[in-house]
Amino acid sequence: MRVEQIAVFLENKSGRLAEITSIIAEEGVNIRALSVADTADFGILRLIVDNVDKAQNALKEKGFTVGKTNVLAVEVSDKVGGLAKVLRSIEGAGLNVEYMYAFVNKSGENAVLIFRFEDMDKAIDSLMAEGYTLLTGEQICSL
Amino acid sequence: MTTRYWEEEIETLPRVGLESIQLLRLKRLVARVYEKVKPYREKMDAAGVKPEDINSLADLQKLPFTYKDDLRDNYPFGLFTVPLDEVVRVHASSGTTGKSTVVGYTEADIKLWSSVMARALCCAGAHSGDIVHNAYGYGLFTGGLGAHYGAERLGATVIPVSGGNTKRQINIMRDFGSTVLMSTPSYALNLADAMGEMEVDPQSLSLRVGIFGAEPWSENMREEVERKLNLKAVDIYGLSEIIGPGVSMECVASSGGMHIFEDHFLPEIIDPQTGEVLPPGEKGELVFTTLTKEAFPLIRYRTKDISRLMYETCACGRTLVRMEKVTGRTDDMLIIRGVNVFPSQVEHVLMGIDGVEPHYQIVVEREGNLDTMQVQVEVSENIFSDEIRVLENLANKIKADIKDYLGVTCSVKLVEPKTIQRSEGKAQRVFDRRKM
Repeated sequence: MRVEQIAVFLENKSGRLAEITSIIAEEGVNIRALSVADTADFGILRLIVDNVDKAQNALKEKGFTVGKTNVLAVEVSDKVGGLAKVLRSIEGAGLNVEYMYAFVNKSGENAVLIFRFEDMDKAIDSLMAEGYTLLTGEQICSL
Repeated sequence: MTTRYWEEEIETLPRVGLESIQLLRLKRLVARVYEKVKPYREKMDAAGVKPEDINSLADLQKLPFTYKDDLRDNYPFGLFTVPLDEVVRVHASSGTTGKSTVVGYTEADIKLWSSVMARALCCAGAHSGDIVHNAYGYGLFTGGLGAHYGAERLGATVIPVSGGNTKRQINIMRDFGSTVLMSTPSYALNLADAMGEMEVDPQSLSLRVGIFGAEPWSENMREEVERKLNLKAVDIYGLSEIIGPGVSMECVASSGGMHIFEDHFLPEIIDPQTGEVLPPGEKGELVFTTLTKEAFPLIRYRTKDISRLMYETCACGRTLVRMEKVTGRTDDMLIIRGVNVFPSQVEHVLMGIDGVEPHYQIVVEREGNLDTMQVQVEVSENIFSDEIRVLENLANKIKADIKDYLGVTCSVKLVEPKTIQRSEGKAQRVFDRRKM
């Protein structure tokens, strides 16, 4: 149910994002989704990739600080109000969202919402009970 | 464990005996420099003191201080007391803050240096049969050759590996079975980092003890080095002007503090502002008089190092006074908006925070009329999080702890690993960009 995500620490310097994505590309690893969270001084790049270990090792070797976390990927139909509906369910279940980001898959029918919750177990139970589809890492990569 | 001494009789002599030796040597020294070295004679004449006025150790206070500027003014050989054909070696400081200072040694001085370094190695529990991995820099810097000669004198096997080429050093350590590491503490951490990268387990090495010096380091850094390299870390102190490493040395039995080899190097603690000698146990500037050195003796040399003398008896049986780990310099002290800040205090705060690595630097600037201090800390995997909030909390905690401990507000910048320059020798921690 959980999807592995890698996170990379970034100083706010020009060219860092290009460097990281090049390193990943050189390893032949495909990026499925990403988000950048930033402050005035630093940022955190979060990535969903098709080969977590390969990307992580390559970045570490180049001296980046890399972490691995579990997130949930919720599939919703790509229609007006799709996101709002999920967020209402989350609010109703009393779940705290640490962060989220989203992408639309190639067919354009469904959107994938990536969530990091404070309480992941509770989130899985609540979302399953509400009948949402939680994707695995493999499923995301084969979309 | 039985204590090992190099020169047991002198190292365990009752203080009254030691002081009579010191006085005898002091009188001889003052007479000699007065006769042979014009700058000393002029200074003593100006202060109205003659060699025959020195009749007790307390009379030392009548003599004028010698400053680093005196060494520069007499660059390169003006303070030598012997003709150059008796000088068998010179060393020199890097001269980053101006003209370098040059020191000279006669053959007897080199023997003296070797024997105090052998004493220092014994303090650390080293013995003949040990394999000494000497990663202090060889060259004009006194660290490498000073440690080298002492370890040879002791009868140990010396690997003169010097600084740099870190991966090769680790291979040598593993293949040769190094038992004693001698380096700067920051380079020791550098070695530990590289071992991690090479997947060499320190437990699989034979290192037993590390003799670290040439730069200030904190108790927390000691724990870090001991844990990461799986050895006992002890502190050595010295400066090239006095002889090089081997002026004082921590023993493995000590609960802190380094035994000064005071039959050769007579210490005083003074108030750096007034020059007054402070009562025993008080903290102040360390001043040394070299009692036995031939080529380049110094009288009341101002080290600018802040320390304290401890006359309490030591578990090792040595009667030699101990000096506290140097807690700062009278000159690397930063004054930030009127608050005195030593980089070692910032380090102390950082090492007290779980997971924070000792890779940091301090940048001081002046904006308008206001000093700003930024502490840059590398984000290692131990403290990294994918959540902004967690990293911001960490930065805020560092800021708050520094404010608590030092009473000064700083900004904290988290930086990527390896952005702070790794030292092969002394780590440069402070970048003072204020234009005064």
